[in-house]
Amino acid sequence: MELLIQVLIAGITIGSIYSLIALGVVLIFKSSGVINFAQGSMVMVGAFITYALVVQFKLPILLSLALTFLIAGLMGMIIERFVLRYLAGASLISVIMVTMGISYIMDGGALATWGSSNFTYPKLFPPFSMQIGGVKVSSVCLWSFLASMVLLVVFLFFFKYSKMGLSMRAAADNQKLAVVLGISARRVLSLTWIITSAVATAGGTLLASISALHVNLSYIGLVVFPVVILGGLDSVAGAVVGGLIVGSLEAIAGVYIAPYLGGAFQQVASFVFLLIILLIKPYGLFGTKEIERL
Amino acid sequence: MGLSNRRGWPYFLLFLAVFILFPFSLFQYTKYILFLVNMTAIGVIGALGLNILTGYTGLISLGQAGFMGVGAYTVAILSTKVGLPMWINLPAAGIITTLVGIIVGTPSLRLKGFYLAMSTLAAEFLLEYVFKNWESMTQGVQGLFITPPQVFGVHINNDRVFYFLSVSLAVLAVIGTRNLFRTNVGRAFIAIRDRDIAAELIGINVFKYKLVSFAISSFYAGVAGGLWCYYMTIINPEAFQLSISIDYVAMIIVGGMGTLFGSVYGAIFVVLLPELIQRLMEVLQPVLHMEYTFAAFKQIVFGVIIVIFLVFEPKGLAEVLSRLGSKVSNRKRKEAVQNESLPGTGNSKI
Amino acid sequence: MFSDGLRRPVDKTPSHLQIQGLSLHFGGVQALHQVDLEIPRGILFSLIGPNGAGKTSLINCVSKFYEPNAGEILFNGREITRFRPHEVARSGISRTFQNIELFKGMTVLENIKLGRHIHLRSGALAGMVYLGKARREEEMLEAFLDREILKFLGLTPIKNRVVATLPYGLQKRVDLARALSAKPEFLILDEPVAGMNREETQDMITHILDIKKAWGLTVLLIEHDMEVVMNISDWIVVMNFGQKIAEGTPALVQKNPEVIRIYLGHSYAET
Repeated sequence: MELLIQVLIAGITIGSIYSLIALGVVLIFKSSGVINFAQGSMVMVGAFITYALVVQFKLPILLSLALTFLIAGLMGMIIERFVLRYLAGASLISVIMVTMGISYIMDGGALATWGSSNFTYPKLFPPFSMQIGGVKVSSVCLWSFLASMVLLVVFLFFFKYSKMGLSMRAAADNQKLAVVLGISARRVLSLTWIITSAVATAGGTLLASISALHVNLSYIGLVVFPVVILGGLDSVAGAVVGGLIVGSLEAIAGVYIAPYLGGAFQQVASFVFLLIILLIKPYGLFGTKEIERL
Repeated sequence: MGLSNRRGWPYFLLFLAVFILFPFSLFQYTKYILFLVNMTAIGVIGALGLNILTGYTGLISLGQAGFMGVGAYTVAILSTKVGLPMWINLPAAGIITTLVGIIVGTPSLRLKGFYLAMSTLAAEFLLEYVFKNWESMTQGVQGLFITPPQVFGVHINNDRVFYFLSVSLAVLAVIGTRNLFRTNVGRAFIAIRDRDIAAELIGINVFKYKLVSFAISSFYAGVAGGLWCYYMTIINPEAFQLSISIDYVAMIIVGGMGTLFGSVYGAIFVVLLPELIQRLMEVLQPVLHMEYTFAAFKQIVFGVIIVIFLVFEPKGLAEVLSRLGSKVSNRKRKEAVQNESLPGTGNSKI
Repeated sequence: MFSDGLRRPVDKTPSHLQIQGLSLHFGGVQALHQVDLEIPRGILFSLIGPNGAGKTSLINCVSKFYEPNAGEILFNGREITRFRPHEVARSGISRTFQNIELFKGMTVLENIKLGRHIHLRSGALAGMVYLGKARREEEMLEAFLDREILKFLGLTPIKNRVVATLPYGLQKRVDLARALSAKPEFLILDEPVAGMNREETQDMITHILDIKKAWGLTVLLIEHDMEVVMNISDWIVVMNFGQKIAEGTPALVQKNPEVIRIYLGHSYAET
């Protein structure tokens, strides 16, 4: 029983981070129909920049985080302005590959700058642990979970109720109409990418706090697709729920199933799960089905 | 093909002569060039397969590397554990990969666009997992050795011998693909890509043809993988990772999706690029000191190339070359017209 | 008993296409409500009605783009309600599209060849080898199309033009050629002369009538151009709000007060 609780705690913690990262993908899809294969790289680079600022430049933590958000946001804006704008209306494969290309550039850049070793992440959170069902929950896990949940709730409300959030949804739904109503689709798009980069950075710092900092962190960008599909490509709530479920499932698979099948089944587990979802409910729990017209 | 064109004959014979005689030349870098040609030929076959599926039929696949792996391991297992000869193993690689393709495709092809891509991504990871963990068959991460079969007393993985095999198969693959799109099956693929609902309504069984496209593409991938195994003589799961699948997608994008020679140009480009970078780095090595520079630089350049092509030249090299080609032929036409208008006609060389 | 007071002629031979109790709804909208139609062989049968009346929904049900919620569709006495779209096309029913669903990147000839796909037998393997079976089939295909379709519709000079470069009227004609290339027994035309001027309309109608006569086709026509409909139809069915309102010969339908009201308003119906 204790093992199960430990596993679930680990799963939900990592799951909440998955939710955060998936949120970035959902945001971009909702506002532009683009599926961002570079999300993982953005996560990794965000984590590294924070690390560099804290450890190498010895800046205070909060300032470093703020600066990283700024830099990441700037990168996001550059990606939108100088690359994706030219691919408006392009085919899906072009969009996937262009974001893949961007992720290659970011991964290569990180590799060239920091090399291929593991780095220990600085302690960002004040130590505070608690016990659930007799199992100690480390402060990192706790703070990660809390931070993710808070950010997710903020975004949920932002999209549903704020003026900017509504504008973004409108622009995503019907660009021409939104423009007529005075919503600048361009500004909305830039803002979306800036927000997504910031979200990715947050996810990256949390992730690196829990595991370690390494350029391979960018693989999370792929692992997050089962989450997005389970939750629904265009659903913020789906990203939340999907992340928690996939995180837990991965943890359970890693502990209970992997020993029988061998190898790193944990990673494959979420993709097996993905296949099952695709067969039963491809649009996910909360996604909207696309309708075709003749 | 210009075979029926009388004027093309001498060029064709010249080309054929170069093709046959080159491997025997005493040029210093012959072996290296043969190596590059062999790698490109394998790439061409894989890229043609992917282009049929993605470029012509519009079905995104991120699993091409996994399917190549199936072909490679089929050849390896059939030649080491069963001891079958190459002329059985290579087609078998194609057929077994086709079967795997049909198994993967049947549930997946009901899905569209992104969801299909995700399905192929899952297939890719699953295949990678199988290659790494089914150790009794694949030897896992250690890798599987094969003793290369012999042809006329020389091992098949000899650059020169393999060259004749790989280039011939690549040429056959190109011809087969070209023919496919002159007939109803190929046309159906393109129709499905352009407007699949309309295609269904005018009588095309869309699901069946999607599956056929997937099957053909898998066959090509399997043969490419089998050739890879014979050339490398050792295969391990690392050679069939997602990054290789992305390489193949990059080939068809850079080369030109939905064009015949796009697969060829793209394969040449993607095979040659890392070699070029390597040479460049060797020149720059004294200047730069960073450890992981080659891998990192390669990644950055690759990413930049993909982005540049997609932003500026989304139709790929095939389009660029065809534009250049029409400029040249326009100029020739203009010259011909000008020469005709001169007194005494343009035949005199004085 | 029908609203025009006439009895239908009693015909013992099975009708070519028969629709019984067809219903279709999208969420809360009832697109078709218990529609019955009987189309005998060889006639030119027209379906008219205001926009949103359900005409296109009806033919979309026949070609199975939509799945009807209730009812049966019988073709030559056989039930085709459960058929998949490509099976409907294979059974001898061909159609054109309101919005010209041509493959715009391909040439005219390639599009028309696609229309004949259901009759082509070469598989992938034969195609890749080409020499032999596939080549013969392609050559016969081209010969057939040149002879019977292209020349007839005056498309020979543009057969290698990419469809996207053609003007609207020509694209409509290519759509018709594509539908005809399968040599169907039953032809559904969805607004074939929409957006055309008098001359183009005249040409198109002449082509349709000629080929109908030459091949003995049954034609189901949806059209808004009343002059065309009244001039060429053997039988007309009027729809509104997803239901059949009236049917009969052109002369009778023209005088039907319901029909007049739908098209011209209350005041005219009173006169």
